[in-house]
Parts: sequence; C-alpha cells; structure tokens
Amino acid sequence: MRVTTHRPFRARLATSVSRGAAALSRATGRGDGSVIGGRLGLIIDPDLLAHLAAGREIALVSGTNGKTTTTRLTAAALGVRGPVATNSYGANMPTGHTSALAKAGETPYAVLEVDEHYLPQVLAATGPRVIALLNLSRDQLDRAKEVAMMAQLWRDALRDKPVHLVANADDPMVVFAAAESTNVTWVAAGQRWHDDSWVCPECGGAIVRADDGVDADWRCTTCNLRRPAPQWRLDGEAVVGPDGNRYPVHLQLPGRVNRANAATALAVAARFGVAPADALPRLAEVASVAGRYAQVQRDGRAIRLLLAKNPAGWLEAFDMADQAPTLLSINARDPDGLDTSWLFDVDFAPLRGRPVLITGDRAFDLAVRLEVNEVPFRHVPTFAAALAAVPPGRLEVIANYTAFQDIRAELDRVN
Amino acid sequence: MSTESRLRIVWLYPDLLSTYGDRGNLLILARRAHLRGLTVEPSEVRSDQPVPVEADIYLLGGGEDGPQALAAQRLIADGGLRKAVERRAVVFAVCAGYQLMGASFFAKGQRCTGLELLDLSSDRGPSRAVGELAGEVDPDLGLPTLTGFENHGGRTHLGPDVRPLARVSVGVGNDGQTEGAWSGTVLGTYSHGPALSRNPALADLLLRWATGRQTLEPLDDTWSDRLRGERLTAVKGTT
Repeated sequence: MRVTTHRPFRARLATSVSRGAAALSRATGRGDGSVIGGRLGLIIDPDLLAHLAAGREIALVSGTNGKTTTTRLTAAALGVRGPVATNSYGANMPTGHTSALAKAGETPYAVLEVDEHYLPQVLAATGPRVIALLNLSRDQLDRAKEVAMMAQLWRDALRDKPVHLVANADDPMVVFAAAESTNVTWVAAGQRWHDDSWVCPECGGAIVRADDGVDADWRCTTCNLRRPAPQWRLDGEAVVGPDGNRYPVHLQLPGRVNRANAATALAVAARFGVAPADALPRLAEVASVAGRYAQVQRDGRAIRLLLAKNPAGWLEAFDMADQAPTLLSINARDPDGLDTSWLFDVDFAPLRGRPVLITGDRAFDLAVRLEVNEVPFRHVPTFAAALAAVPPGRLEVIANYTAFQDIRAELDRVN
Repeated sequence: MSTESRLRIVWLYPDLLSTYGDRGNLLILARRAHLRGLTVEPSEVRSDQPVPVEADIYLLGGGEDGPQALAAQRLIADGGLRKAVERRAVVFAVCAGYQLMGASFFAKGQRCTGLELLDLSSDRGPSRAVGELAGEVDPDLGLPTLTGFENHGGRTHLGPDVRPLARVSVGVGNDGQTEGAWSGTVLGTYSHGPALSRNPALADLLLRWATGRQTLEPLDDTWSDRLRGERLTAVKGTT
C-alpha cells in the first residue's frame, strides 16, 4: 500500500530535523534517539505528530501495565499487513511518538504505546482507528493521578469519539472508562490486582467478584456497572476468539499476563483484518521487549530479567518467575517515583521458599518490608555480588524501572 | 485496653482510606505485638460495616478527596470510633485519616465536618507537599527523630487541646513548623502510608498505650535502623 501524504513545509523540515537529531543522539551514544528527535521536531512544528499520523492507520495501546509488551505484540501482528511504525523503546509520550513516526518514514500502519496521562492528547493528534485499554492501577502515586481520576480522564476523552476500543472486561476501571463508547470489543485480559477496584468508580458502591480468579465475574452492588461479556478470552494455553475458535498461543514471553496481552493484540489486529492464525506465528517470534523477559547467560547463571513497576506488576512478576533464586532490586529515582510506600501494597509471600537476594538504592525499604512479610532474604551491595551469591543455574531478576535499567546496562543493554 | 490477653487492632475503611501501603501499619503493629508474646487479632472493617467499639488500636490511612469525605460522613454516622476513644482506645491516623480526626477539612473544594477527636482543623495549602518529612518528636513522647514521606495538599492548624507530634526539620507537615498532633491516646501524622516502617519506636509507643505496659522487650530492628539512618542522612542539608 502506497501512502501519499502532502505535509506542509514546516512539517517536512521538522521531520528531517527530528530524524537528524535522533540519529545524532544514537551516534554519539547519548541516548537511543527516541525522545530528543521528537522534542526538536515539535518545537519547529507543534502539529508535527498530527502531520506524521495523517495517512496512517493507527492503533494506540495504553494502561498502567503491559503497554510496551502489548504494543510490541500488536505491531508484530499488524506486520502481517505491511510495514508498521512503532515506539518500541517505550518512549510513550508525544515526543516519543513523533520520533517514532518520523524515523519510520511513510508506513501504512502505526502501533503506539501511550502513557495513560497522555491518551486524550495523543487520541486528538493521531485519530487512531483502534485503542487498546489494558488496565488501570496505582502507579507512582507521588505524582500520578489517582486511579479513578485517570479512568474519568479516559472516559471524557473517549466520549463520542469514532474510535473502536479493545478493552479489558476484567478491570472495572477500564469498563468505566469505556462505558460511554459504543464500539467496544471486550477482552477477558484478567486482573490479578484487585485493590484499586473495590469501590465502583461510577457510584461509590461496593464491587463484588464471584471468586478470587484473575478473570472472575464482577459487578457493582448498587449500580449497573458490571463485567461485560468478553468476545476474547483465555482458556489455558489458548486464546478463544469471538468465532468460538480456540487458538493455541505459544509465546516465548512468560506468564498468563502475556497470553492476555497476546489476546489483546489479536483482538486489535482483527480490527485491521488480520486473522489470528496469521498473527500467531508473528507473536511467537517476540523473545523479549526492551530487555523485559530477556535471558542472558553470565558466569554459568541463566539470568532472566523481569520488570515490575507497581504493585500489580509485582504480582504478575511473581506469577511469571520460576521457583529459583530471585534477586529483587528497588530504586526510587525520578522515573520510579520517589515514594516507596507501595512496597507494603505488595504481598511478597509467593517468594517464600525461594532464595531471595535484595539490592538497589532502596534495598533497606525492601528489607523492612520483607522482614514484616516473613520472607527471608540476603542483602547484596551490587548485581555482581548477587551473581556470585547464587549457584550456577537460573537467576530470576525482578526490578523496578531504573533498577532494571541499571542491571540491563551491566548486561550490555540486552534487548 | 483489653482485659483479655489479646490485642485487637482494627484497620478502618481500607476500601476508602488505603492509598500508599497503608496496610503496612497494621502488619507492623501486629508483628511487633506478636513478637512480644501478645495474641493479636487484626481485622479490617469496611465502610459498609459497623465500627467495633471494643478494639484496642484503630488505624486510619490516606485517601483522595472523595473517599476521605465519604469516610468522615460514615464514621460520624456510625459513632463507634468516638465511643472507642472515650474509653481510651488508641487511634493512629495518617494523612487523610489524620485530617478527618479534626473539626473540619477541605475535600472537593468544600469544607467537610470531621470527627472532632483532635483539636485541629485543616484547609488547602498554597501547593502540594510531596517529599521526605522529618522532625524532632515532642520530648514528652520519648521518641527518636520522626522520618517519613508526605504527599498532601492540606495545611493543618492545631488548637490548644493538642500537642504537635514533631517540630519539622525537613518537609512541610502541618504548616512547615509543626508536624502531626496527639492528645491522650489519639495520634495523627502526615507521614503517610507505612509510617511505622521507619519509626518502630512510634509503633511500640502505640503498643504501650494499648497494653498499659511501661516497657516492651526490645526487638532486633537492624533493618529499620539502617533504613532510618539512610533516610535521615539523605535529607541532611536539604533544609
């Protein structure tokens, strides 16, 4: 498919500067170029993102957890149809989107991961065909909007928009956000973390669930908000589509949550005319996502990297990790949020019985938490010390954002 | 104070007031009591359930405007917490929970009526107070330096019938001068979330108030002490 766009001169100049700056950033080793190029381009042409989006069929992916992975899976699935532009480095604000589209040149498709705060803005700028809404839970509360406020922000932005939603039926906050939208495909993508959705965002009533399962039926006890019937759901190792067909999913990525992310990717791709059977081999090729789930051999240790940025993400990481020695690393730098209080929202009990090592800037916060949680641990000063402290074999590493990046850097920025 | 040997700790309204690891205070108190050989009966009471009058320690956590206003309405209507305080039960309230112990507070642009269990009132400050909080605790409480993390938009004005918990050395607390308040066995602080994780001596004060014991056997607080030392060093020079 040939895309012809006639961008204004300012947009062409901005695109060219943006690409040049991104290349310069990479060449000088100062960054991966995923933000700086977009920032410069947007200064020259504030409407650059809209200009770059014009003529492409776009899917946006947003939510608290799983954005980067689902974006990767969705881009892989849409690749069946043709070239796809995507912000694969997790640079998920408008500068990152601008860089990604400028760098990709003209492509018929784009799949963009969007920071949940920026969804209204990016929706307005890019006019997407489909938006995937994954989940909403507490994340970096010293600066993020409260969960219910975020759901309201989404709902207001989505009201009366012609976009089609692919939304998680298992998250009451997502269902509330999509409640005034008419075109919705519901995916039973699961919700392991329930502690931000006991109170109905619609009316303040209590939300009850049929059981403790991740895809349990739920409803508000006082208003009409309830779990919509999903068109896509998981059944063991398979995804069941709206046609009732069972599609076995063989991913390299671990955990139930990634099978759910795959279901969302398949549902989005289906809106673009990609059949699940065609998309599934593409999904199986994804081995890691910006270092997440990457497996590295070092000194006889088979290290696997898991990123967990908030309580819901930690619960998913425990579900993915093998019963093996586990290193936990916690920082509280700006990108992580400065507040470590959330450690007490996480129940670390699933780690009992595994040798646990801890490190990171805020290892002592974690130490106090684990002591109260009755999870034995050993503190190590560095990643190298952690490696030396475990026997050859599997080492699971679970870290929050900057701690993850630090360890990734020690492993030669593994992707 | 319980006549039996079990210690009843109630976390009030986790459905409304639980934003920043507030469960931590319940877990920490229960563990420290258990390690002293006390039989602990922890419980969580949701906002659609009656507040038990007979518990020994009541905990209130942080929350956003809407839930905070709703929590105050329901606690006032219930009346159980007031009765508990009248019989000298211990209350430990943080952040939004602390504000609603006073006569009034601001939520959703309106002045809301509080429980009047502490002589104080809160309004909106010029800016949100977010960051490390530290201060020297009221000498009458015999506690080491308070350390915590605050995140609130309120400013709290203390009346004559309460004493400040601490004099602020880092952060904002009530008003940049004082932080928190206490009177009798009711104590509130802006040190939010799992405030007791950095302040084990404060946890033990609440346990002493609740049990009537003058002293509690010391525990191994190596990790809490390291955390305290690290946080207090980190904020040095930021005043």
